[in-house]
Amino acid sequence: MLLHSTRQDWIGNVRGDVLAGLVVALALIPEAIAFSIIAGVDPKVGLYASFCIAVVTAVLGGRPGMISAATGAMALLMVTLVKDHGLQYLLAASVLTGVLQVVMGYLKLGSLMSFVSRSVVTGFVNALAILIFMAQLPELTHVSWHVYAMTLAGLGIIYLFPYVPGIGKLIPSPLVCILFMTALAIYLGLDIRTVGDMGELPDTLPVFLWPEVPLNIETLTIIFPYSMALAVVGLLESLMTATIVDDLTDTPSDKNRECKGQGIANVGAGLLGGMAGCAMIGQSVINIKSGGRGRLSTMVAGTVLLIMVVFLNDWVAKIPMAALVAVMIMVSIGTFDWSSIRNIKKHPLSTNTVMIATVVVVVWTHNLAYGVFVGVLLASLFFANRISHFMYSESELDEEKNVRTYRFHGQIFFNSSSKFLALFNFKEAVEKVVIDLTRAHFWDITAVYSLDMAVIKFRREGSEVEIIGLNEASETIVDRFGVHDKPEELEKVLGAH
Amino acid sequence: METKNLNTNQISTNQINIDKSTNDNRVVLSCIDGSSVSKAVCDYSSWIAKKVSAPLKLLHAIEHSHNPAVSDFTGAIGLGSQEDLLNELTELEQNRGRLLIKKGQLMLNGAKERVCMAGVEFPELCQRHGSLAETLIELEEDIRVLVMGIRGEAHEQEFMGIGTQLETVIRSLHRPILVVNTDFTEPENIMLAYDGSEACRKALGMVASSPLFKDITCHIVHVGDKGKDLLEEASAILIKADLDVISAQLSGSTEEVLAQYQTEKHIDLMIMGAFSHNRVRDFLLGSFTAKMLTTTQRPLLLLR
Repeated sequence: MLLHSTRQDWIGNVRGDVLAGLVVALALIPEAIAFSIIAGVDPKVGLYASFCIAVVTAVLGGRPGMISAATGAMALLMVTLVKDHGLQYLLAASVLTGVLQVVMGYLKLGSLMSFVSRSVVTGFVNALAILIFMAQLPELTHVSWHVYAMTLAGLGIIYLFPYVPGIGKLIPSPLVCILFMTALAIYLGLDIRTVGDMGELPDTLPVFLWPEVPLNIETLTIIFPYSMALAVVGLLESLMTATIVDDLTDTPSDKNRECKGQGIANVGAGLLGGMAGCAMIGQSVINIKSGGRGRLSTMVAGTVLLIMVVFLNDWVAKIPMAALVAVMIMVSIGTFDWSSIRNIKKHPLSTNTVMIATVVVVVWTHNLAYGVFVGVLLASLFFANRISHFMYSESELDEEKNVRTYRFHGQIFFNSSSKFLALFNFKEAVEKVVIDLTRAHFWDITAVYSLDMAVIKFRREGSEVEIIGLNEASETIVDRFGVHDKPEELEKVLGAH
Repeated sequence: METKNLNTNQISTNQINIDKSTNDNRVVLSCIDGSSVSKAVCDYSSWIAKKVSAPLKLLHAIEHSHNPAVSDFTGAIGLGSQEDLLNELTELEQNRGRLLIKKGQLMLNGAKERVCMAGVEFPELCQRHGSLAETLIELEEDIRVLVMGIRGEAHEQEFMGIGTQLETVIRSLHRPILVVNTDFTEPENIMLAYDGSEACRKALGMVASSPLFKDITCHIVHVGDKGKDLLEEASAILIKADLDVISAQLSGSTEEVLAQYQTEKHIDLMIMGAFSHNRVRDFLLGSFTAKMLTTTQRPLLLLR
């Protein structure tokens, strides 16, 4: 199934895919280099990774038309590993990341994405954009004015060139920016930093290499935490991107297959001397915008990238960092979800809190996994809080017999159980209390426990207690509740409303 | 797509009283597109609908090409690129989709007129998004007989070969399928290719029991030399069901001999049990059904 793809996926849109693939390849080169620099490794590590990940996901991925390569989200997680232990440990961690992702794919953990709410996704994307931008700042501090001028000019070219009539829409403007800036720097003989200063570029095709790390528990304890974070963040970003591409192209994708594809791609990247990567939101949007739809576009992007870099490495080395920074600023601007800022006014406070908390945690920790964790946690708490509002009681007193009847409606669970207790009037001296739960739902043991408390309290006050409809109310506690997926079964359990 | 429900007001709920004995409201489903066989598809489906007194449903599947509507090679992404792109794509595809729906409605209305002229009351019209094969698989429950052309409009110019959807449909559907390839003539002579296999026996049973073949001469043909008993046994079943039966035993290459027999005896309709599910075998030997579909000059009724 992993290899299954229809003819349509590959050759349904050859012209569009090839052209889009070329545009993406050109845009991938500066990004792969920039992300390698973020991670603190030679540019070739990111370039080999981008080649391998793009090609493998083209074949094995679950979302045709999506671009995967070395990414900023992943690079940010690797910084300390590379600094403390070196490149070989990074390669080993990449392989382990891939293995973990394949396992997650087989466990169908892709479906857990449903717990990640829209505001967490927005927060993730915004945080990513901010981090990519911040990662450019070292290139812009303690440098001569030339660098600032070039970066600004580069941005100008990137955003204004598309308006040049005729060729504007035919040649990728980031490419024009890089070519022009490189030519300018060489012509003026400026003494500014270039890609060549940042480390080694690939001069051969990648070769298969087992990472040179001791295979023992100690290595595992070093790389496992990194691999776990990489695996989670990689899948998160990949699945988010897949959803974005689904929406843009109005076609479905296979999310669990995507997890496995990403995993195998990362194993491959690690073994070819590359760093772990994942799907890229910006590049995928560029691909779709340029007319790419099929697997072929990703394949073309990967192969062309490698061919260009290997054969043009002398030229690539001469690209000034300022041009690269301009491209990366464009990427971060394009990644940021600007409408989310507009929406802050419109959205409820809880939604905004989730989004902003996600951003803050990520920017603070430089770890997207923590941000998503906090976001999901907050969103769940807010949700639980809201659901607990859906509970109230009606009560009536039969004065003749001195019997008080409480009739409960709604959801009783850990969060609403104290509210549930507070709805009883324990001070009232009555002979008998009737608690009617026919229209209530008990979702967990906390709810049952608070009911027990209420009963005990009433008995201590000297009242007799009768409970009606407990069986119906507690049917929802059963963990097998999940099997009630047929409407009539659901109706039986929840039908009291 | 928001235009999905556009045509609901045109779909007449069918209130035809169907055969009381069978009491099922499964329909004769007729697949309409812009190809030239569509007219014949209409005619054959009206014929079947009248014969078996089942409601007739005309279906047009709106196939969206997923080829991109935009291509912009600037490779730059700026403020709100993703949102803009989504809006742009949605708008373009909405227009495309609207046109496709309009076009489909015109076809369906044309087809409706044709079947009404042929005497079918209240044909139901139906338009669905998605490829024909996938649509039919969703509708399978409601289908009694499926009528479709051998090639869709996309491949009409090709004289040989079966359409891209047809094989998928035949493989995945478990309903009788009438594959139409020429203009309509009311069938008087039909031919059943019989080799005693499970699929053929089933087909034989269906021919014997169906009201479709009342007053029709059925040629039952076996290619090979050991079929005497088979043919007698089969003829007996059909005679019992009140059909005129002519049986014949032929020898030679199956498709050729059958095609020859067909022209000689003026067979109007061929019947056979269809595609085995064995893809590997088909891949190695070539499927007999596929071969028959490409060689036959007359409509082919595949029984499952």
